[in-house]
Amino acid sequence: MRFLRSRFLQAVAIFVLAFVVLRFGIRPPAPWSVLSLYMFIITLALLIFVSSDRDSWRDFVRPIWLTLTDPRYRGLRSVIVVLVPLLFGYYAYTQAAAKPQGPPELRAVHPAPPASIQFRGKEINISGVENPLRKDAAAFGKHVAAGHDTYIRNCVYCHGDNLDGKGHFAYGFNPPPANFQDPGTIAMLQEAYLFWRIAKGGPGLPKESTPWNSVMPAWEERLTEEQIWQVIMFLYDFTGQQPRRWEAGEHASH
Amino acid sequence: MSIVTAARRSAYAGVLLAAVLTLVFLALPAEAQQAAAREPAYRAFPLLGSRLAVWAVAQLHLNFAAFILGVPIFAVIIEIIGWRTRDARYDWLSHEFVKLTFAAFSTTALLGAFLLFLFVGYYPKFWTYMSSIFFPTYWVYALLFFAETFTVYLWYYGWDWLSGSRKWIHVSLGVLSNLFGTAILVVANSWVTFMMSPSGIDDSGALKGGVWAAIHNPTWIPINIHRLIANIVFGGTIAGAYAAFRFLSAKTDEERARYDWMGYIGNFVALSAFIVLPFAGYYLGREIYAFNQTMGITMMGGFMSWLWIIQAILIGILFLGSNYYLWLGMERIPGAERYRKYVPPMLIILTVGFMVWATPRSMVVTLDEARAMGGTHHPLLGFFGVMSAKNTVVNLMILTTFLSYILYRRANRISTRSWVRTGMAIQWAAFAVAAVVVVFYGVYGYFVESIVRIGFSVYQVVAVLAAIVVVMAIDVPLFKGARSTGTIRWGTIAPHSQYVLILLAVTFTWLMGLMGFARSGIRQHWHVYGVLRDTSVDAATPALGYAANVITSVTLVFFALVMFIFWIGGLGEKGKETAHGHAPAPVLAGGSDQDV
Repeated sequence: MRFLRSRFLQAVAIFVLAFVVLRFGIRPPAPWSVLSLYMFIITLALLIFVSSDRDSWRDFVRPIWLTLTDPRYRGLRSVIVVLVPLLFGYYAYTQAAAKPQGPPELRAVHPAPPASIQFRGKEINISGVENPLRKDAAAFGKHVAAGHDTYIRNCVYCHGDNLDGKGHFAYGFNPPPANFQDPGTIAMLQEAYLFWRIAKGGPGLPKESTPWNSVMPAWEERLTEEQIWQVIMFLYDFTGQQPRRWEAGEHASH
Repeated sequence: MSIVTAARRSAYAGVLLAAVLTLVFLALPAEAQQAAAREPAYRAFPLLGSRLAVWAVAQLHLNFAAFILGVPIFAVIIEIIGWRTRDARYDWLSHEFVKLTFAAFSTTALLGAFLLFLFVGYYPKFWTYMSSIFFPTYWVYALLFFAETFTVYLWYYGWDWLSGSRKWIHVSLGVLSNLFGTAILVVANSWVTFMMSPSGIDDSGALKGGVWAAIHNPTWIPINIHRLIANIVFGGTIAGAYAAFRFLSAKTDEERARYDWMGYIGNFVALSAFIVLPFAGYYLGREIYAFNQTMGITMMGGFMSWLWIIQAILIGILFLGSNYYLWLGMERIPGAERYRKYVPPMLIILTVGFMVWATPRSMVVTLDEARAMGGTHHPLLGFFGVMSAKNTVVNLMILTTFLSYILYRRANRISTRSWVRTGMAIQWAAFAVAAVVVVFYGVYGYFVESIVRIGFSVYQVVAVLAAIVVVMAIDVPLFKGARSTGTIRWGTIAPHSQYVLILLAVTFTWLMGLMGFARSGIRQHWHVYGVLRDTSVDAATPALGYAANVITSVTLVFFALVMFIFWIGGLGEKGKETAHGHAPAPVLAGGSDQDV
């Protein structure tokens, strides 16, 4: 069991173990870009681990040195001399070979909203605005019910009856429809932001969001201002999420 | 040394010339001003283009300015330590630090003058507008610059003259030069922050009242704090890199020991300030959001968000690198073996923290991966992409780094106090309580609405800072008069540790350029956000890859210049060492004209 105390073998074992856990232990699998990032960090940490004192470094380097210089390991050395370039070649091939799929996309998940938008000829502020329908607390139920109807008629096909982004058409789209149950979507946004996104849809996204390919329609063509605010109330009510509130004094001005 | 003097003279000539040009331009008679009004709004800088020229020179100027403003802050503190403890080593070190500053002083001024020329010549409309708002501050800036220059001159050249009983005057000069330096920073920050978050102006962009309202704009105070702290970190890392360079090229053990110690102090200074830097950055980010949500989202959620992943990797490297250097340094301390067992768990916390810190919220995915995940948000890893997770791990990384330092601090000391067990128990408890508070609010943050979650970061920061204060308050008396297990063997540190110091300096410089681009780039197609539109050919915000290439090039140029300046600074010493310096002052006969 002495070999278990070898720094070199420890480092290799940790590296392999970390790769196996991250590659196969996470479900659904982590994207390759994230896995590569994690393995880079682990490699860095391992190098620090083996070189944080002289004895440890000597212990780590010793088998490498022996393999490269000791006549007893001539066979192993020959295998490595052949294998390493082959591995590099294979890696280069996998990176360069054409694949029948689009390249990975860098998407801006929260595009920056404008300070105001034109809604059917009327200017609506996006910055600092609360949902105007919430002022009348007595009518809350009525608005949520109306929002529910609007949602079922227009939104359910893509965003799903559970509001989780798994509607009938969802699987045909890239990017997929937003999952409102995810605490990282509407819970992080003010209602005014949702108003902007619903009203202007994919065509109204700023240029910074390209490549976007969103099929979200611009609902200002079909829904009234009140209907949009109502459907927003329904989204939050159904999912149990709270809209993000504006901080005191938060507004776009100078 | 004559090169330095010549460079210095030319620098001040440059500054004076630029100041005179500005004043002449602003004092032109009406007719000439009308002619000036017919001037084009922009001119094209040959080959590079105006934006790239301004960008590169501004970044270089900022790098040098950050260095010469940051280093004197800790140089004077080190001088005070040397003065009060009567330890000459500290006085030497402080002088060495100021020497570095001094060598870079003229380059900073030259680059500043060059930047001014670029603004006046290539962005005349923009510069005229800025002058219409900030003209009174130009005078203040120029006066402060003179005051700073003369004070630093006196501080540096008066080192021997103002020693002994007059040391307090010398220290006061150091303090004064820092006050002037910080004031210069604060004035320049008002211009930069006004461009981001203009205030005190009417709809036409003209000043409504006094200039103070424009100076005191929403991001001015946060930038002042953030830059002041960052300058200290930057100064520490560059000074550390200089020491590493000298260590690696040292010929004698004595020299190696001296620069090992200097490198350690440089890293210590950088690390101490670095620990609080994320808090200052968070405050700045919040203020940007509060001023304008669009700007905030562009920065954190929009197209700039990818910069934060690179930033996370660089900050992770800074954390790992700083700790690694401390662990390597423990090898030169007899008795430090006791604490070696803490390295693996600390490394695990830092590594896991780094991984969480660098996990993007929206991932780079192929279509197949997106389908498997049900979107670009990973159902599990997505939790690491939000601020609750980020704030939690960065606070834990700060706590771990502080623990590294505490272990380093006591590596060769054994407390002789009777209350040693109680004291250490309280220290560990303080660490544990802070960690529990940080993790608790980190997890709880997922269950509350955003506006409440934002407030949790304050509790996390307070818990960490409180732990640092409590642990240090106990540590100082606990190890006062402690039994030593041996003196630190300066100069025996593993040589690769010195490359870590250089890596830290390069990483931090790169990081400054990158985040400077983010701060400036979120204005997008505005010179002054919402007021003065950028109508030049360069109005489009550059792509991230292009920006990264520019920042890398500027970083390389900066280090090439720094190497050159340090080399020049070392020439004087070489002359002394080889006894082939300039000829001594000639002894001339005088007082009589009989021998003519």
